[in-house]
Amino acid sequence: MTDTPTPPPPGQPAAAMPQRIDRPGFFTRVLHWLIDDPVAAIGLVVLIVICSCAVFADQIAPYDPSLQDYAAMLEPPSAAHLLGTDDLGRDVFSRLIHGASASIYAAVLAVGVATVLGVPVGLIAGYAGGWVDEVISRILDTFLSFPAIVLAIAVTGVLGIGLTNAMLSVGIVFAPQLARLVRARALVLKQELYVEASQCFGASPGWILRRHILPNAIQPVLVQITLLMAVALLAEASLSFLGLGMQPPDPSWGSMIARAYIYAQISPAQMYAPGIAILVTALAFNTVGESLREALDPTSRH
Amino acid sequence: MLNTVQRKMLTRRLLQTIPVILLATFSVFMLLKLLPGDVAVTLAGENATVERIEEIRSQRGLDQPLLVQYGQWVLGAVQGDLSESLLSGEPVSTTLARVFPNTLFIVLYAVALSVLVGVPFGILAASRAGGIIDRLVMVLTSVGVALPNFWIAMIFVVIFALNRSWFPATGFVSPFEDPLAALWYATLPAVALAASGMAEVARQLRSSLVETLQSQHFRTLHAKGLPFRSILWKHGLRNVSVNLLTVISLLVNRTLAATVVVEVVFAIPGMGNTIVNATLQRDFPVVQGAVLVMVLTVITVNLVTDVLYSILDPRIAQR
Repeated sequence: MTDTPTPPPPGQPAAAMPQRIDRPGFFTRVLHWLIDDPVAAIGLVVLIVICSCAVFADQIAPYDPSLQDYAAMLEPPSAAHLLGTDDLGRDVFSRLIHGASASIYAAVLAVGVATVLGVPVGLIAGYAGGWVDEVISRILDTFLSFPAIVLAIAVTGVLGIGLTNAMLSVGIVFAPQLARLVRARALVLKQELYVEASQCFGASPGWILRRHILPNAIQPVLVQITLLMAVALLAEASLSFLGLGMQPPDPSWGSMIARAYIYAQISPAQMYAPGIAILVTALAFNTVGESLREALDPTSRH
Repeated sequence: MLNTVQRKMLTRRLLQTIPVILLATFSVFMLLKLLPGDVAVTLAGENATVERIEEIRSQRGLDQPLLVQYGQWVLGAVQGDLSESLLSGEPVSTTLARVFPNTLFIVLYAVALSVLVGVPFGILAASRAGGIIDRLVMVLTSVGVALPNFWIAMIFVVIFALNRSWFPATGFVSPFEDPLAALWYATLPAVALAASGMAEVARQLRSSLVETLQSQHFRTLHAKGLPFRSILWKHGLRNVSVNLLTVISLLVNRTLAATVVVEVVFAIPGMGNTIVNATLQRDFPVVQGAVLVMVLTVITVNLVTDVLYSILDPRIAQR
C-alpha cells in the first residue's frame, strides 16, 4: 500500500489519514519474518534462484537447449555436460535452466488468471450478499467440481494444444478457491464499524470494497496465491508430460521427464534432474506460503 | 433417525446441487462449442463431402437453437446416449462404462492406502507435537505434497519393476476377473498416487488433532486426571473423525484428477488414458463424455460427504 493521499472523489468523505506510530517499515518486517523462519528464507532464496534462471536462461545456460549433438547422446554427467545429455545429444543442464521459464510462466499465468477472476467475484459476492451471493456461490461450486487437470486437457484439446490454453483453463478452475476465500473475508469485514461508518458518510460500494474490504482481505489471498503457485507448477509439469503443454523442441521439466522415461532402462539418471527441479520449486512455494500464513496470522501457530 | 433441522438442511443441500449439476452439464456441453470454426465440419473429419457434413449437422441437431441442443444433449445423456467416438464409432457410453470402473478401482485402492498410512502417522505426530517424529512427519508431508505423482510413479517402475521385477511395469487386470492379480497390477500406481495422499491425510489429521487437544475442554479432561492415552483415543479422535471425512472426500477428488496422469505412465485402460488419447486424436465426443463423468463423480462425492457430515455431526445442521 502506498500512503500517498489520494484526493477523495467528489461527494465522498475525505478519509482522515490515521497517524501510524512505531510501525516498522516493510523491509524491516520482511527481515524479521525471515530471521524468525530460516526455512522460509531458504525457500525464498530457492525461488529467487529459479526465477533468475527463468529470466536469464539464455545467459546462464552453457549450451543452446535445442542444440543437438549426435556424437554425444545419452551421455552420463561430465565436466562438459554437468547433467549429461539426452537422447538427441542436447545438454540436460541447459534444458533444465530453460525449463524454469516454462514452469514459472505457466504458474504465473494460471495464478494470475485465478486472481484477476476470483478476487473481484469474491468481493462482490461477500459484500452484496442475498441472491447475488447465492448465484455466485453456485457458480463457484460448479467450477470447483471440475478437476483442474481434466478441464485443462479438454480445453486444450478443443482450443488447440499449447501451454497458454492449458494454463488459462487451470486458472479458471483455481479462481473459485480465491473467490471463496475473499467472499468469506468480505462477509465478516462488511459488518465492521469502519465500513458502516463509511456507508453512513455515503461512500459508494466500489470505494468501500477498494478502500476497506480489499486491503483487509489481501493477506489470506497472498498466502493462497503462493500455495496455488505450487499446484499450478505441478499441473504444468503433468500437462507437458502428457504432451499437452509445452511443445517440442522448447524444454519443460514435464516433457523432459516424459522423454527420459522412454530411455529409463538405458539411462535412468536422465529423469531425476527435472523431477527434483519440480519437487524443489513446489516445495519452496509451499514453504514460503505456509510460513507467510503463520507470520501473518499469529493464531494459526501450533 | 434424522431430526427436523437435519432434514431441512439435507433438503437445502439437495436443492443446491440441482443448479450445480445444470451449470456443470451446460459447461461440458459448451466445451464443443469452443471449437473454432464449424463443429459439423470438424466432427465430419477430413475429406468429408458436403452431404456428409449436412447429414451430421441435422443428425446432431446442430441447426437448432443452442438451448434446444443442450436439452437434447442432456436428454440423450440421461438415457446413456453420449453419441459415438469419431474414430472407432463405438458409443461413448460403452467406452466409459468399460474404463471408469478401472479408474475407480485404482482411486479407491490409493485412497485406502493413504488413509491406512496417513492416519497412524497423523496421530503419532499429534500425540507428541514438536517431537522428533512430529518434525519428521511434517518434513515428509511437505515433500509428499510437492511430489509430482507421475514422476514418483516412474521411479517406482524403474526400481520395482525394471530393476527388480517385483511388480509389473505396465498393464492392468480387472478386479472382476482376477482380484489378486488386479491388486498386484494396481499396487505401483496406487502407491504412487498415495505418496501425496498419505502426506495430506497425516498433515490434516495432525493439525486438527493438535488444535482439538489444545482446547479448553481437553485441558479440563487433563486436569481431572484422565490419562493422556484415553484423552487422545476416546475424546480426541472422536472429535476429529468428522474432519477426517472432509479430508477423505477432498482426497478422493484429488486422486481422481491425479490418476489421469499416473494411468498414462502405467498404460492403464482407465479414464485418464481415454481422455488423453481422445484429446490427442481430436475425438471430441469421447473427451466431452469423459469430462462429464469426471465432473458428475466429483459432484456426487461432495454431496455424499455433506450428507454423511450432517448425519455424523448434528451441530453442522444448526448453522
